[in-house]
Amino acid sequence: MMWDYVKMALFGVIAVLAAIAANYARDAAYLVNALTIMAVAAGMFFWTVRSTGEAKPVEEGEYMDGVVRAGVIATCFWGVVGFAAGTFIAFQLAFPELNFDWAQGYANFGRLRPLHTSAVIFAFGGNALIATSFYVVQRTSAARLWGGNAAWFVFWGFQLMIVLAATGYLLGATQSKEYAEPEWYVDWWLTIVWVVYLAVFLGTIIKRKEPHIYVANWFYLSFIVTVAMLHVVNNLSIPVSIFGSKSVQVFAGVQDAMTQWWYGHNAVGFFLTAGFLGMMYYFVPKQAERPVFSYKLSIIHFWALIFLYIWAGPHHLHYTALPDWASTLGMVFSIMLWMPSWGGMINGLMTLSGAWDKLRTDPVIRMMVVSVGFYGMSTFEGPMMSIKAVNSLSHYTDWTIGHVHSGALGWNGMITFGALYFLVPKLWHRERLYSLSMVSWHFWLATIGIVLYASAMWVTGIMEGLMWREVDAQGFLVNSFADTVAAKFPMYVVRGTGGLLYITGALIMCYNLWKTVTSAPAEARAPVAAPAE
Amino acid sequence: MSTDNKNKAPDEVETTGHSWDGIEEYNNPLPRWWLYTFYACIVWALGYSVLYPAWPLVKQATPGILGYSTRAEVEKEIARFDEANAGLVQELEAVELAAITEDPDLHNYAVQGGAAVFKTWCAQCHGSGAAGVQASGYPNLLDDDWLWGGTIDEIHYTVTNGIRNESDDARYSEMPAFGRDELLEPEQIDQVVAFVQSLSGQDHDAALATEGAVVFEENCISCHMEDGTGDRAQGAPNLTDAIWLYGGSADAIKYTVENARFGVMPNWNERLSEAEIRAVASYVHQLGGGE
Repeated sequence: MMWDYVKMALFGVIAVLAAIAANYARDAAYLVNALTIMAVAAGMFFWTVRSTGEAKPVEEGEYMDGVVRAGVIATCFWGVVGFAAGTFIAFQLAFPELNFDWAQGYANFGRLRPLHTSAVIFAFGGNALIATSFYVVQRTSAARLWGGNAAWFVFWGFQLMIVLAATGYLLGATQSKEYAEPEWYVDWWLTIVWVVYLAVFLGTIIKRKEPHIYVANWFYLSFIVTVAMLHVVNNLSIPVSIFGSKSVQVFAGVQDAMTQWWYGHNAVGFFLTAGFLGMMYYFVPKQAERPVFSYKLSIIHFWALIFLYIWAGPHHLHYTALPDWASTLGMVFSIMLWMPSWGGMINGLMTLSGAWDKLRTDPVIRMMVVSVGFYGMSTFEGPMMSIKAVNSLSHYTDWTIGHVHSGALGWNGMITFGALYFLVPKLWHRERLYSLSMVSWHFWLATIGIVLYASAMWVTGIMEGLMWREVDAQGFLVNSFADTVAAKFPMYVVRGTGGLLYITGALIMCYNLWKTVTSAPAEARAPVAAPAE
Repeated sequence: MSTDNKNKAPDEVETTGHSWDGIEEYNNPLPRWWLYTFYACIVWALGYSVLYPAWPLVKQATPGILGYSTRAEVEKEIARFDEANAGLVQELEAVELAAITEDPDLHNYAVQGGAAVFKTWCAQCHGSGAAGVQASGYPNLLDDDWLWGGTIDEIHYTVTNGIRNESDDARYSEMPAFGRDELLEPEQIDQVVAFVQSLSGQDHDAALATEGAVVFEENCISCHMEDGTGDRAQGAPNLTDAIWLYGGSADAIKYTVENARFGVMPNWNERLSEAEIRAVASYVHQLGGGE
């Protein structure tokens, strides 16, 4: 009861403060964000008032799966939003007329691009990581999530962050830092949410009943801790006004660029690699029903990956104002990173040895294998592109876009789909998925989509790299920039088509998961209890 | 890191003995090829960092045995071309503009170099093929219709000083905004628009055009001339041909008469060298319409 009153007071104060902020707002993005916060706080206030004094069901004996179910739904929803935005902007690049006059300043490429990247990385990927980490840490620790409803706070707080960031982008609020576009107040909010996330995860590990911490949890934990550090340092900025979205970065010039790419590279390293390796280390052995290939490999490649990844950021700034020495170190650390990255691939693929026949019969396993395959390919391509001589051709070209997408669509997307196919029947107590042949369709559409996407970007990337550097015998530039843009058109159409296939597959998955929940035969409900506290 | 288990199938290896939610882990050793490739990468990385600038010390980073620097590499490459082209550049700067075409080597150099300058600095407005942007105020440079003159000397002047910019030497002229500044009545504007359409043989209202001829004579001929063929000294366009900088429809002409246009081009003498300006003038001159 007392806690309810505290909450009511808190929500009331936040709603009033947000209303004041909205009244004094200096720009449209800030105004809309403040109104959003006001509406959410007011809604929470009334909800708390209505539920005060009601007896709350106690489920302490069981794993906390409600928040995981919500996370699965959010993952599907934001996935489709992010893929749709990506496909649309891919066609905007091929057909600039799609930057409609009536939508200038809201839905042109520049506004939608960060919406796409944030939606797929943070909304789709982030929800997948939060949901699976909550699921995995409970199972492998044999303990219910620590902190009661704190997990729900993490879930809803993260969704609020996404909504604030996305509406801000469309209305022009951005720090202009790639993958860190949200402005200062959204950064502050995410920091709070993330610290609670760390507390819930760590709290659960601390109260675990298994003697050892499972490898998936090392990866999840390293992801949570490192992202917190990256986020705080890269977003050090001073608001121009407490009533406006604009802020000024603390770092400037090449220091700012280096901080940004230390962040950007490790967002890939710890968000999209370490976090998703955590996913891989649980769902691959579970789906294959085989032991993990090598404990030794997992421990060595984990520590090598963690230690080496953090230094590789400067390879994003080859041939810029960055000093040569920093460039060299970024490059050699990237090369050393190759094998530690591949350790995860080996452990994933070799876990299947002895169960290869399942590739024929189980499309979910097939999805996971292709995912790990794309992981191996991207983690080879990455170190290769970090080599200065290669980078002088590939930098600023579509090759980079292709590289990112073979990792994102192939590795992150496919392992997430695999995890979702594993989770939904378990979480909703169904015997099986609604349709395996739909999973097969999803698998092939997604795989062909990725191949179209990546090969189109290799072709345009290498082509434009060569066109940009082409000089005649007297040292004169042969092509203008506009020539290279015109030459890329056919490949841009192929890329967009790849995106269409990929999102079609994802829509089939959503339908299949929906039907699994609503129409697949129910499982005789086995207790999903954690051992007594 | 024993190799004893190397040839055993995974099933023969023991697990670590733990089980998490049913997941066990084999005690397989590190794959040899993996380990040795990892070592090789580390050795290579150390070697590279000795050869190239790498380790930050108190005052500066280690320069590396090879003495490499990115900046020096680029400078070396630029110097190589500068040296190879030095003779031609000197000649290009010294020669009479009209005489560039007489020396095939020099002309070829100027056109190639001019094309590169054009692609970098001019294509943004005039298009990478120099066809301009029709009806948007960016002139087509491929035809023989020149606003300020199409001899190499005139083109050179235009590139050097630009048009209607801040520079004192810029080419300058300004058409009055006959409608916005209420210099003409609305009906007079409709009349003169019809007359201008008649000049280039477009469909027009003959009655309006007859009246428009009077308006034209009273207001326009000091720049566009009595016959409407324009005056290059003032950058006044020829109105009798079918080439329109801002479009030749009745609406577009009416907009021009009412509000006037004010097309601007930068003066490139602050950003390009004399040799580069001469090169790009040569390039534009030989595109088709040069005089």
